Amino acid sequence: MKATIRRKINIEPLTFVFSLLLLLLFFFIFVTLANMIFGQVLNDFSGLVNTAKNSSVMSSIFLSLYAGFLATLIALFLGAPAGYILARFDFPGKSLVESIIDVPVVVPHTVAGIALLTVFGSRGLLGGPLEPYIQFRDALPGIVVAMLFVSVPYLANSAREGFKSVNPRLENAARSLGAPLWKAFFFVTLPLSARHLMVGAVMTWARAISEFGAVVMIAYYPMIGPTLIYDRFLSYGLSASRPIAVLMILISLTIFIVIRILSAGWSIYDRD
Amino acid sequence: MIEIKALSRKWKSFALDSLDLTILDGEYFVILGPTGSGKTLLLELLAGFHRPDSGQILINGKDVTDLSPEKRNLAFVYQDYSLFPHMTVKKNIEFGLKMKKLKAPGKFREISEYLNISHLLERYPLNLSGGEQQRVSLARALVTDPEFLMLDEPLSALDPRTQDSAREVLLNVHRKGKLTVLHITHDQTEARIMADRIAVVMDGKLVQVGTPEEIFEKPANDRIADFVGFENVLKGRVFSSENGLIGIEAEGTVIEAAGELEVKVGDIVHAGMRPENIVLSKTVTQSSIRNSLKGTVIGVQSLGALVRVRVDCGFVLNALVTRQSAEEMELVPGVSVYAQFKASSIHVLR
Repeated sequence: MKATIRRKINIEPLTFVFSLLLLLLFFFIFVTLANMIFGQVLNDFSGLVNTAKNSSVMSSIFLSLYAGFLATLIALFLGAPAGYILARFDFPGKSLVESIIDVPVVVPHTVAGIALLTVFGSRGLLGGPLEPYIQFRDALPGIVVAMLFVSVPYLANSAREGFKSVNPRLENAARSLGAPLWKAFFFVTLPLSARHLMVGAVMTWARAISEFGAVVMIAYYPMIGPTLIYDRFLSYGLSASRPIAVLMILISLTIFIVIRILSAGWSIYDRD
Repeated sequence: MIEIKALSRKWKSFALDSLDLTILDGEYFVILGPTGSGKTLLLELLAGFHRPDSGQILINGKDVTDLSPEKRNLAFVYQDYSLFPHMTVKKNIEFGLKMKKLKAPGKFREISEYLNISHLLERYPLNLSGGEQQRVSLARALVTDPEFLMLDEPLSALDPRTQDSAREVLLNVHRKGKLTVLHITHDQTEARIMADRIAVVMDGKLVQVGTPEEIFEKPANDRIADFVGFENVLKGRVFSSENGLIGIEAEGTVIEAAGELEVKVGDIVHAGMRPENIVLSKTVTQSSIRNSLKGTVIGVQSLGALVRVRVDCGFVLNALVTRQSAEEMELVPGVSVYAQFKASSIHVLR
C-alpha cells in the first residue's frame, strides 16, 4: 500500500485577496492600453500608417518630445542645485519650501494653467514686461514653461534623494585632499548620484510630454500631441483621434524602453 | 603646532564648550572620550568642515578659523575610510595630487609599496577588506604630504587581528615622517599604548590633558577615573612562547599570560589587566594562580565600597579590593603584599 503525504498548499487569505486585486489592477491598465493599441493595429492598420505619414501629426508629436526635452534640461539646471541645498542644509522654512515645490504635482492641471497665464500671459506678471523679447502665449516658450511647472518637482525630489544618499563625509574627505566644494561636488557627489538624476530626468520628461491641461491653457497652438488628439476628438471623433494616440504612445514607450535598457547596467558601484 | 582657543560649537546633539588645547609638532596626540562626547565634531572643526560658534584655531601661528578645509593642509581619515566608491584605488590616491596640482610619481610609488597596496591599485574600494581600505585611505591622505594627520576612530571598524597590524602601521607612519597625528578614540587601551599625550573629552568639555601615565595614574576626577578605568598596561619583551602561554619580562619582573596572539621571542608587547582581576594577599595563597608578585603598597585611595590600591612590583599595578579586606589586611603605604593574577586575565596586545 502506498502512503502518500499530501501537502496542503497554504495561502493566507490576505495574500490571496490582495493578489486578486493586483490582477484586477493590472488588467485595468493593461486592457485599456492594449485594447486601444491592438484595436487600431488589427482593425485599421492603414489608418495608423496614414496618420504616421501626416506631417502635422508628426510635427505635433515631435513638438511634444522636443518641448518635454527642453523642460527637462531646464528642470535639471534648476532642480538639481535645489535638490543639493535641500539634501545638505537645514534652514528655517525648509519644510515649507519642500511642500511648495511639491504643489504642482497635486493641483489640477487647468489650475496650473490659469496660474501660469497670470504670470506668463501677455498681460501677466512676467509675460507683460517680457512681451517685446519673448512670447509665451501660443508659442514654444509657453509650452515649455507649462511642462516645466508640472514636472520639475519630480526632478528636484529625486535629485534631493540622490544627493542625500551620498555621505557628506565623502565631500569632506575630498575637501581635506585639496578640492574646493565645487570640485568635490562635480568629481564626487555628482557621479555618485548620477543614477538618481537620470531616473529623475526620465520621470520629469515623461511627466512633461504627458501634460495637456496646463499646456492647453497657455498655448493651444502650436499643438503638442495631446492637444492635437483632443482637437481631433472634438472635431472628428474617436476614429480620427485614436491613431494619433496610438502613435504617440508607441513612440514614447519605445523611447522609455531604450533609455531603460541603456541605463540598466549603469551602476557606478558594482563596476569590477 | 595647532592651537585651539576657547573653541565652542553646537551641532545637532553635540556641543563643544570653550575648549583650549595645544598640539605640538611631531606629537602623536590622542583625543579620548566616550561615544557622543563631541570628539569627531572637534576634529571636523579643526579640519574646517564646520565653523565654530566662537573661539579660534591657529595652525603654526596663523589664524585658520575661517579658512576653508582645502587650504589647511590637514589630511583626514574617517572611521569608515570614506574612499570614493566610483574610483579605483589608484584614482582615489591620485585625487589629492590632482586637486593640489602636485606631481609626485615617486611619492605615489613609495607610499603604495610602504603601505602594501601596490597590488590593489586597479581594484574598486568596495572589493577591499577593512584593513586594505584603511591603508588606501592612509595612502590617499599621506601622498599629498600633509602637515597634520587626523584620524577619526581609525581602528574601531577593524577586527582585533587587523587592529594590531593597523596600530603598527599608524605608529610607523608617524615616526617615519615625524608627522603630527591627531587620533580620536573611545578605547582607553588604544590611547594608552599609542599616545604621546592624551586629551580626555567628556560632554563637550576638555577635562584633562597629559601623558598617558598622568591620565591613567592620576585621573583628575572620579568620572575620568571611572571612564579610563585603572587598566594596568605593562610594556615588556617576550622571552618565551609555548602552548599558548607567553612569558613576558617587564622591568625585570616576569609575568605569564595566556594569549592567542602570535608572538616571537624578543617581540615588544603590552600586557593589559583589569584591576579587579588582581588579588592582593599577605601570603601566596592559591597555587593555581600563575602570577604572584611581591610588592610594596604605595598608595591607597577610597572609592566608596571599593579601595584602589597601588602596588610597586618593579612596575606599578592598580588593584581594586573591597573596603573590608583592605582594612583586614591593614593596607597602608609601606606594607608588603603579594599581587596575584591569572594568566588568562591578561590581555596581550602588540
